[in-house]
Amino acid sequence: MDIALSAEDLAFRDEVRNFLDTEFDAEMQAHLKSRGSKGMVEWQQKLYAKGWVAPNWPVEHGGTGWTATQKYIWESERSLRGIPDVVPFGLVMVANVIMAFGTDEQKEYFLPRILKSEDWWCQGYSEPGSGSDLASLKTKAERDGDDYIINGAKIWTTYAQHADWIFCLVRTDNSGKKQEGITFILVDMKSEGIKVNPIIGIDNEHNLNEVEFNNVRVPAKNVVGEVGKGWTVAKALLAHERTGIAGVADIKRNMRLIKEAAASEVNGGQRLMDDPGFQQRMADIEVELMALEFTELRTLATMAAGGFPGPESSLLKIKGTELQQATQELRMEIAAYYQGVLPTDMDPEVLGHEFGSDARRAFMYGRAATIYGGSNEVQKNIISKYVLGLE
Amino acid sequence: MNFDYTEEQQMVRDSIARFVQDDYDWDTRRAIVDSDEGMSRENWQTFAELGWLSIPFSEADGGFGGNIVDMSVVMEEMGKGLVVEPFFPTVVLFGGVVARAGDEAQRAEILESVIGGETLGAFAYVERQSRFAINDCKTTATANGDGYTLNGEKVVVFNGENADKLVVLARTSGGQFDEDGLSLFLVDANAEGVSKVCYPMMDAQRVANITFDNVQLGAGALLGSEGGALPVVNDVVSEALIALASEAVGIMGTLNAKTLEYTKTREQFGVAIGSFQALQHRMVDSMMAYEQAKSLLFKALCEYKIDPASAEATIHALKVLIDRNGKLIYGEAIQMHGGMGITDELDIGHYAKRLMMINATLGDGTFHRSKFIESTYAAA
Repeated sequence: MDIALSAEDLAFRDEVRNFLDTEFDAEMQAHLKSRGSKGMVEWQQKLYAKGWVAPNWPVEHGGTGWTATQKYIWESERSLRGIPDVVPFGLVMVANVIMAFGTDEQKEYFLPRILKSEDWWCQGYSEPGSGSDLASLKTKAERDGDDYIINGAKIWTTYAQHADWIFCLVRTDNSGKKQEGITFILVDMKSEGIKVNPIIGIDNEHNLNEVEFNNVRVPAKNVVGEVGKGWTVAKALLAHERTGIAGVADIKRNMRLIKEAAASEVNGGQRLMDDPGFQQRMADIEVELMALEFTELRTLATMAAGGFPGPESSLLKIKGTELQQATQELRMEIAAYYQGVLPTDMDPEVLGHEFGSDARRAFMYGRAATIYGGSNEVQKNIISKYVLGLE
Repeated sequence: MNFDYTEEQQMVRDSIARFVQDDYDWDTRRAIVDSDEGMSRENWQTFAELGWLSIPFSEADGGFGGNIVDMSVVMEEMGKGLVVEPFFPTVVLFGGVVARAGDEAQRAEILESVIGGETLGAFAYVERQSRFAINDCKTTATANGDGYTLNGEKVVVFNGENADKLVVLARTSGGQFDEDGLSLFLVDANAEGVSKVCYPMMDAQRVANITFDNVQLGAGALLGSEGGALPVVNDVVSEALIALASEAVGIMGTLNAKTLEYTKTREQFGVAIGSFQALQHRMVDSMMAYEQAKSLLFKALCEYKIDPASAEATIHALKVLIDRNGKLIYGEAIQMHGGMGITDELDIGHYAKRLMMINATLGDGTFHRSKFIESTYAAA
């Protein structure tokens, strides 16, 4: 029972601080704001140059070999500065699948490109008719010589408009149980027959898309794992818990933003920060957050010791997203009338408030967190079955 | 970073678990609770022989020299077994005060007999009006030449019925609410002028309201500095809060396990009630509430080990979460057990009542939320 940092850990923390303070400079911050996905690629390439873009990869493929404590230090320092996490679709999701199930040829081709952020990936799981019941998916892949011909549609595909590749679950067989006959396949977004239809979100932004597949020809060598075993591959990916799944470091940053703003907002002469009602709301969140941070650390420590995450890990997604939303809600309350401000080019000085629009965007986009990656209700089904053993 | 228990801690845990399993089954416990003293002296001797009573005390005082994690392990296992013998009042509170405030002679006199199981102790700090404010103290100790005269009343003194020795918090100067001017005194429970009214609590504790009527104390009865008791008491309270939280975590885990088992076997409408999704999701909520409480306990333990003062905000937060999640867990445990859940016969209600008393001890969730706010947001 020990969390004291060693001399090596402290030296590592200094190195991280020094790196972030140097590289995440004003220019980089401006690029992230103004250049969208290109700004993100620029940042990920800086991380790649330092060798830190993939903390969870094995060293042999270009990972860092960090201990649980080092990963925790990295996450804390990153989020403290408001630096976004890497885009997960390539570096976290498809990379783990390729490492675990891919052929040598797939590993040699894709992994270095992912590491260097040369390809932008997106995820083709959900379909217009298949949300929480993912295994009911219908997008069809039929064999034709050395290729598959894909027909169907994927939906809620984040950043498909920027993507070079999409990893998909497709149906290659209809004869057995619905979980059988699903195959995991990689598709070049430049293929003929792919059409990306934008979906404007509740946050008024374009992050989501529908991706249509009309007779899209994909080489059979792009199948990852065995044909018909895509469900196993997808489950392994879901089970692969990653650092920061709960977003604890980012929720802590939200709390800091809340305190800063509540210290300057005033109601009838009283700072919001000094309002007992508001203080209690903050305390209720913070108590739960302090606990969640250690739930996450327990998971990290178990994994670092080579173990499989225990029951404590399965609540990270549920509690983490609930707390994310609770902090987003508090930020909206602080913004008061200004929570309704839509995206605008107006000077914040003229407008009177900068905080409001940011709070609104985070709150609205944040609604997705309890829905994606398996809705929180599906998570409870999973915990109930696999952790509590209830059938 | 690690959240493992040492081999030694694992051994202590196993030995208490074995005691509970072999010698503390539900009928045995019930007989002990119903006995005259509401505790088993024989069990207390066993605790002494197995070294459990020595765990928090330093080796210089004849103890095991254990740290906060060792203490936590003992309390968690006691919680699982719902052990009624007065470990918390005697070892954690009474022993904790003597170990911190006593001089060498006082520690030698008292702690050796606590460790040996000969002395049962109690810490008398609650007054009728005081609720959770320890500084709210009307009991007075007036200097009288070479000693003190003690007057006043303490209520709900844990283990007050069976304690041989008391530590009494009394005012030697200042007004009712002053933080300075509080002192600690060692008082023989049978001294002249000490009278008590004993009664049982819903969690089977035997407590007493104790009146001090011109009790004459020698100069040697003063523990620590005159007027400077509060910081010492606060230190004991911090450790006691972690101890109580550990006991609560043991109880919560047991309640969840028993409830889960019940929903797998209890059949209604031709199926196990655990097959209903409405119940499954609530069981998941209870499981998460337990894991979160355990995580926050780990945080408190790790911080306290590095520096007790650094754990202050976390300890307040821990008491808040134990209160909140404890209520959820015992409430759900009773509800899921249906009619059986509201009987005296089933153990579920008894675990619930102990959790409720833990919540009410040394400050409830509302109290500690205010303390958390004070310690965290005051400067912001």
